[in-house]
Order: sequence, then C-alpha cells, then structure tokens
Amino acid sequence: MSDIQINIINKTYPAIDQAEAHTAIADLNLSLKSGEFICLVGPSGCGKTTLLNIIADLDYDYQGSIGLSQQSSRPKIGYIFQNPRLLPWRTVRENIELVVEDPLSTHIIDSLLEEMQLTPSQHVYPERLSLGMSRRVAITRAFAVDPDLLLMDEPFVSLDAPTARQVRALLLSLWQQRPHTVLFVTHDLREAIALADRLIFLSASPMSVISEIRVPIPRADRYDEAAIETFRQQLLNDYPAIKQLL
Amino acid sequence: MKLTQQFLALLSLLAFLALWQGSALYINNHTLPTPAAVALVFWQACVSGQLPFHLGVTLLRLLVSFSIAMLLGSAIGIALGRHKKLDAFFDNWLVIFLNVPALVTIILCYVWFGLIESAAILAVVINKLPSVIVTIREGARSLDQDLLDMARCFGFSRRKTLIHVIWPQLHPFVMAATRSGLALIWKIILVVELLGRSNGMGYQLHLFFQMFDVASILAYTIAFVGVIQLIELSILKPLDRKALRWRR
Repeated sequence: MSDIQINIINKTYPAIDQAEAHTAIADLNLSLKSGEFICLVGPSGCGKTTLLNIIADLDYDYQGSIGLSQQSSRPKIGYIFQNPRLLPWRTVRENIELVVEDPLSTHIIDSLLEEMQLTPSQHVYPERLSLGMSRRVAITRAFAVDPDLLLMDEPFVSLDAPTARQVRALLLSLWQQRPHTVLFVTHDLREAIALADRLIFLSASPMSVISEIRVPIPRADRYDEAAIETFRQQLLNDYPAIKQLL
Repeated sequence: MKLTQQFLALLSLLAFLALWQGSALYINNHTLPTPAAVALVFWQACVSGQLPFHLGVTLLRLLVSFSIAMLLGSAIGIALGRHKKLDAFFDNWLVIFLNVPALVTIILCYVWFGLIESAAILAVVINKLPSVIVTIREGARSLDQDLLDMARCFGFSRRKTLIHVIWPQLHPFVMAATRSGLALIWKIILVVELLGRSNGMGYQLHLFFQMFDVASILAYTIAFVGVIQLIELSILKPLDRKALRWRR
C-alpha cells in the first residue's frame, strides 16, 4: 500500500434554471498515509459526499487530481455508501462475490463473512435483512476488494445506538486485522473520535480544511466512552471554531 | 380456498360451454356448430396432421420474429433510455412507426421484397419492434442510479453491469413487452399469412372462410388459444417465479 494524495482545486455545480452556480469545494489538499483511519467531520451539506464521489471516480467534473503517491494510477476503491446499495436480486454472498475478480477467493469471502458474523445469512436475499445486517454486508463487500482506499459515507447513520455500536466494533476489529487506508465521513464527533487516527474538520461552501487533529487515545481505550467524551470536551474548548461545524 | 377457486374456474368454463351449446341448438345452422361438432373437427384435423403442420409453421414464424423483435427492441430500448440525445433524435421515428397500421407495413414488405418468407418475418418484426422499444426504454429510464454508481465504483465490466444490475431491473418491463408482444404478434402473423403465404394458420383460416367452414375456424382458434395458454403457463409463469424469487 502507498500513500494517497487528494488535491481538488475546484468543484463547481453549474447554474441550472434559477439556481446559481455553486462552488462546492475549493483548494482542498489531503494527504492520506497508508493504513491511516481518517474521519472527515463537517456540517451536513458541506460537500462531503461530493468529495467521496470525486475520489471514487463517480463525479469527474472537477479540477484536480487523485492518485497514489508512488504510482500514477488511481487508487482501488472500496465504497461503503450511506445506504447499503446491495443488489436485491442477489444473495448476501453473491453480492460480495460479484465485486471480487479472483474466482479463487472463496476462503477470503468465507473468513470475511465469519468475522462480520454473516455466515448464517450468506444465502439470504437483502430484502430479508435488517438495516444493521445490510450495513455489515456493505462493509464486508468493500473489504472484499482489498482496496487501496476505503470510503465510508456515514455508514452508521439511522441505526439505533446499540446496533451502531455493534457494527462499529465489528468494523474496527476487521480493520485492525486487515489494515486499509480509510476515509470516513461523519458529523458525529464522538463516533469520529472513537474511530479515527486523525480528524479533519471541514467548512461549508466552499469546502476546505479548517483543522487537522490527531486522536491521542490508544486503540485499546476507544471503547471507553468516558475517555472519548473527555477528549471531545477538550477539543471543543481548545478549538471553538469546531463547535460551529457540528 | 384454492379448491373453491379451481371449482369456480371449472364452473365458469362449463357455463361457457353450456351457453355455446344452447346458442348453437337455438340457431341450428352451420354458422355456429355445437362444441361437440367443433371437437370432432379438431380431432380429425389433428389426426390428419393438417392442424399440427400449419400450427407448427405459424409457431416457427412466431418464434423467429418474436426473438428478433425482443432482442433488437431491448438493445435499442436500453440505448435510448440511457442516452438522452439519441432518444431525442429517434423519438419521432418511434412515433411514426408506432402509428403505421400493421396492414400497411405488411403490404409494403410484400411489394418491396416479394411474397417471400423473410418479407413476412420482417413485416412482423417492424410491427412489434416500436412497442418493445418504448416499453424497454421506460425501464431503462427508471434504472436505479445508486446501483449503477455502485457497479461503476467497484469496477464492474459492461457485461457484468448489464447482467447483474441492469437486466434484473428491466425484468418487469421485458415481461410486459413479452406478454403484450405475444398477443400482438399472433394477430399480425395471421394477417401476414393470409395475405402472402401458402401455409400457416392465417392461410388455413382464409381457406375456411372462403368455404364458410365455421367448425374448422373454431377448431383452429381453440388450438391457437391453447398454445398461447401453454406458453404462458409453461414458460412465462415459471420464468417470473424464478426471476422474482428474491422478493419478500
């Protein structure tokens, strides 16, 4: 794995009918270290999903570049969308198999399903799954491609608190066993602190980086909600500008 | 519950036959033969091999023209549904072809290409094609962009995207085009055969009409309706069940 450079000079939505042209992102530079877990925190509507779509090559109407620092190629992407986007006519297992190129990867899929506690449901169609389970399938699918960069767009939104905690714990354990560079979008600061190595705070219209903060809490203590809350308070006190973003 | 429904279906069929029998006895001439007389003609036509031969010829024409119309129509429909400029360009053509009467296309095909088999098939395809395109185009317009983005992001090839993402979403539209298509093509093929072929159901019906042989016309009609029902029950329904097994 190599580092990833994201440099977006400008992303503008053109004027349509009565809506004026709108610059969503301007001069945004991010450098992602290999294996680093980064949380992007910003107010809703600030263009976080637009940024992820640009990185995933779903939106190519922008000025700038996305690339692996040691090669000229684009990074291989695993994307966990805000809604799981599973193919309803394919079973859980088929949904994962479809993204994997190598037909000999059966054992990798088996172990991923096992780690995400999905083995009993692997032959079930997505319509019969709960939202929490669908999200776990989406996470498994993204890990299955062994990406250079994992994009996660508020993947735990609209889950109830205990389910979100459970899926988050599963995600972290999977990530610790299979380290990948992660760009995780959220507007929940507690969630960001629980997950990230580094927090990047973003402003709205046009989006740009306000501050970058390392999370000093050791991984083993991330399940301690008191430690997370203390760090959150400290952050809000030290950086009053952050409060406005949340 | 299911038994009651089957009983009702049987009862309605019997009622229909009784009504037919009653009317035939009341009218009492050869323009409306009794069900028994039609059954006898049906049996004789089957044994002589006439009915299976002509039905077979028509079915073959149906199969060929239907397959061409569905394949071509699906491909064009998907292309128009996905590309706005292409759609804007060809929309008028579609409207024109949708509104040309079937009889006109058939006559023109025979005049331009002669009374040959390929002209007959072409006439059927041209008649069916626009409605397949319109139905599939509606399907292609309503494809879920989120799923297409997912496929793109995970590097699905065009073929993989078509088979696993696009086609399952088009299934209801394809089935609608198939069902309406079968019904339409049957009717057009009969006219095509009546006007320019020397075999097939249409040719036979024309012959019976000239001889005022109503019993044979009804016997062939029953064979005809029976085959369509058979296609529905043995091919389309199982296909539906298989394709929609993922639904709750």
